[in-house]
Amino acid sequence: MIDLRKSDPQFKWEIVKKEGGEGLLKCFGCSDCAASCPVRYFDERYNPRKIIRFTLLGMKDVVLKSPFLWFCAHCHACTERCPQGIRVAELINAIKNYAVEQGYCPEGYKMQIDLLMKMGRLYEVEDFDLKKRQRLGLPPIDKTIPEVAKILESTNILKVLKK
Amino acid sequence: MNKYAIFLGCTVPVRAQHYELSARNVAKELGIDLVEMPGASCCGFPLKAVEAETALLIAARNIALASKMKLDVITLCNSCTAMLSDAQAQLGNEEFHSKFKKVGLSYPNEVRVRHFVRMLYEDIGIEKIGKAVKKPLSSLKIMPHYGCHYMRPSNLYGFDNVETPHTLDELVSVTGAESVNYADKKMCCGGSVLGVDEELAITMANHKLSIAKDNGVDAIASICPFCTVMYEDNQRKAEAQFAKQYGIPVLYYPQLLGLSLGLDGNAVGLKFNRIKSDSMMEKLAR
Repeated sequence: MIDLRKSDPQFKWEIVKKEGGEGLLKCFGCSDCAASCPVRYFDERYNPRKIIRFTLLGMKDVVLKSPFLWFCAHCHACTERCPQGIRVAELINAIKNYAVEQGYCPEGYKMQIDLLMKMGRLYEVEDFDLKKRQRLGLPPIDKTIPEVAKILESTNILKVLKK
Repeated sequence: MNKYAIFLGCTVPVRAQHYELSARNVAKELGIDLVEMPGASCCGFPLKAVEAETALLIAARNIALASKMKLDVITLCNSCTAMLSDAQAQLGNEEFHSKFKKVGLSYPNEVRVRHFVRMLYEDIGIEKIGKAVKKPLSSLKIMPHYGCHYMRPSNLYGFDNVETPHTLDELVSVTGAESVNYADKKMCCGGSVLGVDEELAITMANHKLSIAKDNGVDAIASICPFCTVMYEDNQRKAEAQFAKQYGIPVLYYPQLLGLSLGLDGNAVGLKFNRIKSDSMMEKLAR
């Protein structure tokens, strides 16, 4: 049972403001996104149409607390087929970004940010790797790229995650 | 001479050197000059779900490096291609561009971002590649796997056909191998779901592995390190989860192309593939 007295009428406007969220209000619920979705094909717990509908209805808690929001593979199959021209994968990404702002960031992503802060890349380049590259005749690569930490420090991302 | 900046990303230079090695050696054979990008970092894609703007800035910084070099960017990973292409498009947006400048970056020369395989198709072309083939892989049946971010989103790429892709099929065929036509060609490998729900990700990967098995393919041709993680590194897990036996080699497309150009197994790094391609190579030698 959906109790709309608990819904937040501002929620959809918060999403519309975000990068990728601009198309939200155009959704007329045809379900083409869900029918095109490779994740939903295997697991019906993920359904982009439902996430969009819940967002339009202001069911903020349901959307943000759902682990299934993070099932989106960002493959853009939906984006290609949306008859309303909504960049659906970007819209789902905007909702993920909002969820992070509200304190719902999966641990895996936090770990990736730590790695990028430290090295500017996801995998550590060890001496072993550099030697292997040399043996194969591949050019050397930078072990760390400190400029990435500077970018991370210049945006809101670290503040948002410390919340 | 075709000259480009080569963007390696995080995974390829440390976890998929055979992809890089075969791509570089194929490039040499075809007269393509790949120039290093000192200071290139992660493309930013892993951060997109957390905060798109930060991810775009990290991507745009890499574009700025190529812009200074006055060279178009060539990528080996599908997701790097999508992230850098997105940032390149966003640089045309005033609001984003001012944030980009604010972190001390500049974009003096317009540059394009394309996947290595797309560049082969567009800039070298099937005809010229065909003429360079010395040892056609005529006895092989190869299943091309495109991966999502090779052609989607089409508003960023405007390349190939998102519903019925064909460019990789053509590139496989030009090596002399049979490119297997199959349903669900554009199905996602499941890689993006791996960190969230492994069982689901493996289920997604298994879908294509079972199609490959049914078609009796000699190998899957991959053009993305994430897709290879799903089909090769996780093939054992798919076998366990679904009580199947696959043993299907997963080669990077440049490895296959390299073999057809007359390069030997070492030059395309065959020994680094986790699922050995010995029976495929025996078939070729016959």
